[in-house]
Amino acid sequence: MTSDHATTSMTGDHAVDIDKHVRIYITVFVALMVLTIVTVTVSRFHLPVPLAVTVALIVAIIKGSLVACYFMHLISEKKLIYAVLALTGAFFIALMVLPVVTVHDGFWIH
Amino acid sequence: MDIPYTVEVRRDTGLTNGKIGIWLFLASEVMLFGALFASYILIRTGAPTWPRGDTMLDVPLATLNTIILISSSVTMVMAWASLMRRRFETFRIYMGGTILLGLGFLVVKYFEYSAHFHEGALPHTNNFLAIYYTLTGLHGLHVLGGMVVNAYFWGPGAKLWKTNPVWFTNRVENAGLFWHFVDLVWIFLFPTLYLL
Repeated sequence: MTSDHATTSMTGDHAVDIDKHVRIYITVFVALMVLTIVTVTVSRFHLPVPLAVTVALIVAIIKGSLVACYFMHLISEKKLIYAVLALTGAFFIALMVLPVVTVHDGFWIH
Repeated sequence: MDIPYTVEVRRDTGLTNGKIGIWLFLASEVMLFGALFASYILIRTGAPTWPRGDTMLDVPLATLNTIILISSSVTMVMAWASLMRRRFETFRIYMGGTILLGLGFLVVKYFEYSAHFHEGALPHTNNFLAIYYTLTGLHGLHVLGGMVVNAYFWGPGAKLWKTNPVWFTNRVENAGLFWHFVDLVWIFLFPTLYLL
């Protein structure tokens, strides 16, 4: 699905591949819709905040992964893209963890 | 001078320059939205009380916007798949659909914002609304930016299809990556702001 594949696919060699991918896109679309309904339905139960956050995040991560893997073709990308994203992911996690640890007094300074 | 590696891939990376460029840009976007999400966590965990999103915001409208944006991601990827099948007219239909769905998202957002403004719920009202307007406003600007790029490829930019279809297909793929990223950000914004 990367650009080098685009060159060959446009010659018609991989027309069947594209048809297969289109079927996957439709399946992912249905899955995303179902998961959206799940997210909204679960929120109506008014779960305790920690549990609600956990459930909402898990569903969002699944939905995000589907978009990234299939619509953005990350499931079959080149190593350089994975390397860039791994570095980005590490800094992103640091960004998310930083505010959490700051509210725990004495976590860094004893 | 022609831009190198727009059609053929570089031997060392196995990618076109455009593909690397868009992913590096998206990496910077992850950090931009990441910083704002971190701000949200910091403000929320530091607040003595925090309102549930559904008590202040319109969940049905936001759910509609989620459906619109996910649908637009599908039409976007189908637009690219149409080019891969050498069906230019089908590409135009799907790309047009993507642009209209983006417009639909912004119209719904306009109604949401209007309702808040009439209620006097403004960014300076409280921290929840401040971070809500910041995150959704920035996201809305991204939707607008994506629409401009998509409209270019639907309209004047489509001339490239006649002279260099592979390059055009690669450019549409890169525009799609940005559009899907905007969808991905909304997938996290929706529960964070509206449902928790």
